[in-house]
Amino acid sequence: MIGAAELAAIRAAHPRVFRRSAAERARLALAWTLFLAVLALGLWRVLPGWEAFVAGLGKLGFLVRFMIPPTSGGHLVEILHGLAETLAMAFMGTFLAAVAAVPLGFAGARNVMPVRLLHFGLRRLFDGLRGVDSLIWAIIFVAAVGMGPFAGILALAVPDAGTLAKLFAEAIENVEKRQVEGIEAAGATAVERARFGILPQVLPVMLSHVLYFFESNTRSATILGVVGAGGIGLQLAERIRLDDWQEVAFIILLILVTVAAIDWISGRLRRRIIAA
Amino acid sequence: MTAVAGGVEAVARFEDRYRALQRRKALTTGLGALLFAIVFVASALVGEVEPARLATGVPNILDYVYRTLPDISLRQPLTDIGEWYWAIDLWLLLMLDTVLMGFVGTLAGAGVALLFCFHAAANLAPNRMSFWVARRGFEFARTVPELVFALIFVFAFGPGPFAGVLAIAVHSAGALGKLFAEVNENADPRPIEALAAAGAGWAETMRFAVLPQVLPNFLSYGLLRFEINVRAASVLGIVGAGGIGEELYLVVRRFIYPDISAIVLLILLTVSLIDLGCEWLRHGLIEAGPARATR
Repeated sequence: MIGAAELAAIRAAHPRVFRRSAAERARLALAWTLFLAVLALGLWRVLPGWEAFVAGLGKLGFLVRFMIPPTSGGHLVEILHGLAETLAMAFMGTFLAAVAAVPLGFAGARNVMPVRLLHFGLRRLFDGLRGVDSLIWAIIFVAAVGMGPFAGILALAVPDAGTLAKLFAEAIENVEKRQVEGIEAAGATAVERARFGILPQVLPVMLSHVLYFFESNTRSATILGVVGAGGIGLQLAERIRLDDWQEVAFIILLILVTVAAIDWISGRLRRRIIAA
Repeated sequence: MTAVAGGVEAVARFEDRYRALQRRKALTTGLGALLFAIVFVASALVGEVEPARLATGVPNILDYVYRTLPDISLRQPLTDIGEWYWAIDLWLLLMLDTVLMGFVGTLAGAGVALLFCFHAAANLAPNRMSFWVARRGFEFARTVPELVFALIFVFAFGPGPFAGVLAIAVHSAGALGKLFAEVNENADPRPIEALAAAGAGWAETMRFAVLPQVLPNFLSYGLLRFEINVRAASVLGIVGAGGIGEELYLVVRRFIYPDISAIVLLILLTVSLIDLGCEWLRHGLIEAGPARATR
């Protein structure tokens, strides 16, 4: 065992092990004060009154009890059509985004696009497109082209085109230079260089990104219907408004199963692409 | 040619095998293309994608975007910008609410995730039952979309930011719980064994052997989630769950065009600022983490 005298000696030799320096303590205290102040402000702005909270909890309990057992309530065909619409939106949205992102990605890559200003401008455009949530795009497109799955497809495609273009551009910037130089030395034009020098290297990466976005879009597409942009979200929002909790539970379960199935299929495809 | 025993036969076998492989590859590609074509046509039909609609839709969209552009003249740009952001005080307050919703929701979700992430880690779970329950619970919480939770909570608690915070908290608990559990599974087992050998209980082992190792990672994931949640909070208002989304939805439905671009730009700016701040904090954490561990 260490004696008291030894401990004091160690304490004197290594003060920072036992006690933080004054500056560090001040910084920590400041950080905690700031954190607690923001938290207090947040709770003050956000929390409801005690009575509203208790009443809400009671309502929540009732509603969960009303969900059992989940049934389709004779609207199975309608619900399945909504689900099909959701999947179609996810597929077409991802497809359109990918088609738009390929040329944009090439144009936004530093090694393809030598004009710095254009490269910089395109990258900021991608950031702008993906900075706006697909639900915001959905309310805008519903206003612009009307309700229905078409607005939803555009709402998925526009932000994804930005994100995919950014990912594609990054993949293109990281290609092996020697292959491109080899093609160039053989007298290839710019298009041939992109087609035979760059594309074979980045295609698997691109496909894998696209599949991943299809998975994520399946999730997003389930809720776009809430604002009228097609898919199962419309059915869900309607039934919540109508107090039809058994059918709400049925639709939620259906969404869970579909998302799991799409994840599984897309995951298998992704692994095959990466292996090949 | 005859130097190799059964040479001709071997070559023939090779050729056969090669042709079979080629046929299989062609068949897979063909089937894949066919499947893709079928899914594509079906999606186009169900999704009501028609070239005619696209042709009329694109000009509509461009016109819509053009209308949202503010009228800013070179002669008095500042006055015009002031007019464009005529309700800036209200919008800033709503934006602050949105950020606070993200903050409180992330914190609550992270708290729940922290409480149950040790149960959801395969190497740390006290028993199989709690492992299974924690895993499935997290899975459910993160697979149901936030907006669905928001709809349900708005129905139960009435419109307002509390429903939004709850929705964010539930979804974040699921997403963070999974990430936290993965971090736990990669924790160094030696401190855990040491504490168990010294006679510590399960809770004590988690607190003193696991938590110090994983906390920097947890914080880093929590900050990432906060960025995501501010984005989410900005749209939850669309279903009445508080924040700036409500105002945005209102001006979109009333076709008050310049306000749409003003609010969207405000959201974009706020989200970028939060991203930058979180990135700065994360770098600080990564630098502080190993330094503290070695001291």
